[in-house]
Amino acid sequence: MTAISDEKRGSGGSIVVRKDAMRILAHSATEDVTKLLQAVALPNHEFLREPESGLVMMRGRIGGDGRAFNLGEATVSRAVARLMSGEVGFGYTLGRDQDKARLMALCDALIQTEQFVGDIEARVIAPLRTALSQRRSRQAAETAATKVDFYTMVRGEG
Amino acid sequence: MYVAVKGGERAIEHAHRLLAHERRGNPDTPEIALAQISGQLGLAVDRVMSEGSLYDRELAALAIKQARGDMIEAIFLLRAFRATLPRFGASEPLDTARMEVRRRISSTFKDIPGGQILGPTFDYTHRLLDPQLAENSSPEAPAISEPLDMAMPRVTDILGRDGLIEPSPQPASDDAAVGDLTREPLSFPADRDLRLQNLSRADEGFLLAMGYSTQRGYGRNHPFAGEIRFGEVEVEFFAEDAGFAVPLGSIELTECQMVNQFKGSATEAPCFTRGYGLVFGQCERKSMSMALVDRSLRARELGEEVLAPAQDEEFVMSHSDNVQATGFVEHLKLPHYVDFQSELGLLRRLRKEFAEGISDEPVREAAE
Repeated sequence: MTAISDEKRGSGGSIVVRKDAMRILAHSATEDVTKLLQAVALPNHEFLREPESGLVMMRGRIGGDGRAFNLGEATVSRAVARLMSGEVGFGYTLGRDQDKARLMALCDALIQTEQFVGDIEARVIAPLRTALSQRRSRQAAETAATKVDFYTMVRGEG
Repeated sequence: MYVAVKGGERAIEHAHRLLAHERRGNPDTPEIALAQISGQLGLAVDRVMSEGSLYDRELAALAIKQARGDMIEAIFLLRAFRATLPRFGASEPLDTARMEVRRRISSTFKDIPGGQILGPTFDYTHRLLDPQLAENSSPEAPAISEPLDMAMPRVTDILGRDGLIEPSPQPASDDAAVGDLTREPLSFPADRDLRLQNLSRADEGFLLAMGYSTQRGYGRNHPFAGEIRFGEVEVEFFAEDAGFAVPLGSIELTECQMVNQFKGSATEAPCFTRGYGLVFGQCERKSMSMALVDRSLRARELGEEVLAPAQDEEFVMSHSDNVQATGFVEHLKLPHYVDFQSELGLLRRLRKEFAEGISDEPVREAAE
């Protein structure tokens, strides 16, 4: 697959910002993204690549930090969106939810525009980030409660 | 001899209808939903994903439902589905050091940095059937405490700092090829990357038996469970169209680091050796078995004599896949009418010759 040649580099979010948004969106439910995106007046756009599902081979490392090996595949869906202003966005997510890939591609395109980067962050990504971090914190707290506290039995008068 | 193989279509159709009916069970009970299988039979789903070699909880739950709980049938269904999808590529290697850990234990160090975290485990349960679960259960909410400092170095990294354990094998170059047994047929000797791929999708029962055999003396490893961890790991995929590695979400993995008997030579100081297990989902028994067998299969590399089945990569890798195994075992029930007729004909002729031989020369036969 070749890079899309007429891609316009928007003046909005950098790759770091885009990756962060992609990560948050990939961890969120499609219904939640759909609902939040309704608060944004979406500009005209099209899908350069309609959503499709396929496989990505997951790779591990021997010993956790050595040479790579193929672990097994996972289902992945992807889509490519383009705004009429030219920005091209990519949506990639684990699973077979093609609507999610479509929404992610659209968000990625919007984040690249100066006009929408703030809106998408404030109205879509920020609430999802908060929800994700709450889920993570709750799970971390439940996990922490199962940590073993060793104590030593003291014998005699020392 | 020609034996008709046509016919039976109607019987087959009716058999499948009967199967669908049996699958549904008593229609007065609620039908089981995929979310229930995924949520309440989660370890079955993990096993099907691991041995089906396809990470997709919903599909694995569907396969279990369709297979009526027959795990190997479900794994077969998942493998068949996999073959219908295009492959986009391979992920960036997963970094298990950055796992969102939900369980992490070590049997080698009590005071391991990050601590011993039991997580959701059957360990220390009394293995008594719980009659309360026969009715609707409403378990207590999980206990909570202050989240931990999540920095959890691997036990092998700690040992590695002092050179007490061998380092992991490093690639010859950054873009070194990674073997893929779904693309090329197996050939022997097989490198460790191919062996690990094979073991990670292998039948749990087979791996368990092989691992167990090493403990009983058939290829002794002298293992310690250096560390077992389970949790979520973020996946990234280099998307050529985007031009950078995109996050895809995260998957659950179980990793086992076995610390094994020393190796040393005239030129190298003795150090522990490693066996590695990495499996989709929460499959602890399997990741431990995998680490034992990974180590035993390194016999030749480590200059050990190959004497036991678990040290023989051709034996292990050729028999570990339950889809292949079930295909070959179960094909015996398909019509073999022609083969059998020819065997029957041969046997009848031999018996006839035998009987004629006895009646013609009874004395000589008896003398022999």
